[in-house]
Amino acid sequence: MERPATRTPDVLPSGPVPEDVIVRFVDVHKAFGKKQVLTGLTLDAMRGETLVLMGPSGTGKSVTLRHAIGLMRQDSGDVWVSGHDMSRIKPAELSELRKHTGYLFQEGALINWLNVADNVALPLIENSDLPRDEIDDRVREKLKLVHLPEVWHEMPGEISGGMKKRVGLARALITEPKVILYDEPNAGLDPEISQSINELIAEIADGLGVTSLVITHMVSCVRTVADRVVLLDEGKVVVDLPPDEFLASDHPRLVRFLGTDPD
Amino acid sequence: MTFLSGLLAFADQVGYQVRLFFLVLHRLPHLLKRRAQLASQLYGAGNKVLHVVVLVSFVMGMVISLQTGLVLAEYGQQDQIGIVVAITMAREMGPFITAVILAATVGSALAAELGTMAVSDELAALEVLSVDRTSYLTMPRVVAMTIMAPILTIFADAIGVIGGGFVARSQLGVGRVLYYDSAIEALQAPAALIALPKDVYGGLFKAAIFGCIIAVISCSSGLRARGGALGVGNATRSAVRDSIIAIIITNYFLSWLFYQA
Repeated sequence: MERPATRTPDVLPSGPVPEDVIVRFVDVHKAFGKKQVLTGLTLDAMRGETLVLMGPSGTGKSVTLRHAIGLMRQDSGDVWVSGHDMSRIKPAELSELRKHTGYLFQEGALINWLNVADNVALPLIENSDLPRDEIDDRVREKLKLVHLPEVWHEMPGEISGGMKKRVGLARALITEPKVILYDEPNAGLDPEISQSINELIAEIADGLGVTSLVITHMVSCVRTVADRVVLLDEGKVVVDLPPDEFLASDHPRLVRFLGTDPD
Repeated sequence: MTFLSGLLAFADQVGYQVRLFFLVLHRLPHLLKRRAQLASQLYGAGNKVLHVVVLVSFVMGMVISLQTGLVLAEYGQQDQIGIVVAITMAREMGPFITAVILAATVGSALAAELGTMAVSDELAALEVLSVDRTSYLTMPRVVAMTIMAPILTIFADAIGVIGGGFVARSQLGVGRVLYYDSAIEALQAPAALIALPKDVYGGLFKAAIFGCIIAVISCSSGLRARGGALGVGNATRSAVRDSIIAIIITNYFLSWLFYQA
């Protein structure tokens, strides 16, 4: 049995969490049919930090993120997000929590019959009484922030994969969230665009002071954005270290995952 | 799949559809806010199928006219053919043909569209963005189909009667004036509060119910799609199959309600 190399204690107390802990998983289990995906996940994400989740495919990274936004409910254990117990959260509270949480889906998940501007504006059109002029100003600001001011009228089918992710990020940012969850922001992108997305994530984390959870398979992403990195394996954390120590670690599971040359 | 698990899956599916229907009813007050989506869905539903409805109902009117006309001719009653075609189209064939065409075209498109959204995380994105999916996606589609089905049925009824008249004149030797006079007489009820017989408004009511059923079944199939392109294919297939089965079963009970109860 490999020994975990983690900064998160093996056992976290259940019950209300301190204010500086934004996301907490305590001994979380989740199965789909007979397949156990999370097998006792215990993890903290602190206010303002960028936590990167790595691990082999099918080890529960996306499932972890989906628990943090209330798209899935755990079979056992506790999930706390921004002080809310996700197993007892009421629909109105969950809706309010989601307004302060951004989520970037793997493919951007843009609504295909809305143009870029309407996609970005959607959360404000649906959930606020702001006049359209003011919404448009905010959309302009967020598209500028993700370095895409020129695609206002484009449809999702007319822009590249990297642009879709940027638009998805602009949409996630439009409500000025305190937490942003990134589900493989680099997947399917060439190294140059992938690095530009990494820099954007770091820029947003530094500039807006948000707490970020980032799923990635890219070491370049770890180097650019991470304050802390965890390696998930078979549904639980096996390594939890700052990025430099993570990449230098000789933990056997990590070495096997990264290969001999982390670059 | 055992009989019991199949039964449980069926109950789960029907339960979801009934729940979705009541959620749609609950969101009806949002209709004004969703008028743009409603207009788009109305246009899509009407525009996609009108030509098919016209073609199929014209031929169906011809078939009814020929089949019944040949039998009536044996008794020298072929001058009654206009009544038979008009009543058959208004009561049964108009709403039924329209519903089957809507299920096969618009219903399958609804299931595929929502299914694609489900497997590409767009539905999850709406949920994460706190957008009410029932109000934003389902309600305008259900209302549009409920409105558009009777409108298309009026076309089907009228075109079916015209198709029947074509055969009555060319193959059964019934004069045009006699045919249309008898058909129009059959579709009038001058003494009634609504100057139409039950055959007409009963048929239109059935069409509205069929439209609503197709939309609810198709939307629920799409919303529950899982597993990529295969899941979308399964959702589309089950939407069309279940809609047609539901239409046939509902048709019997509505016919019983209108004409026997």
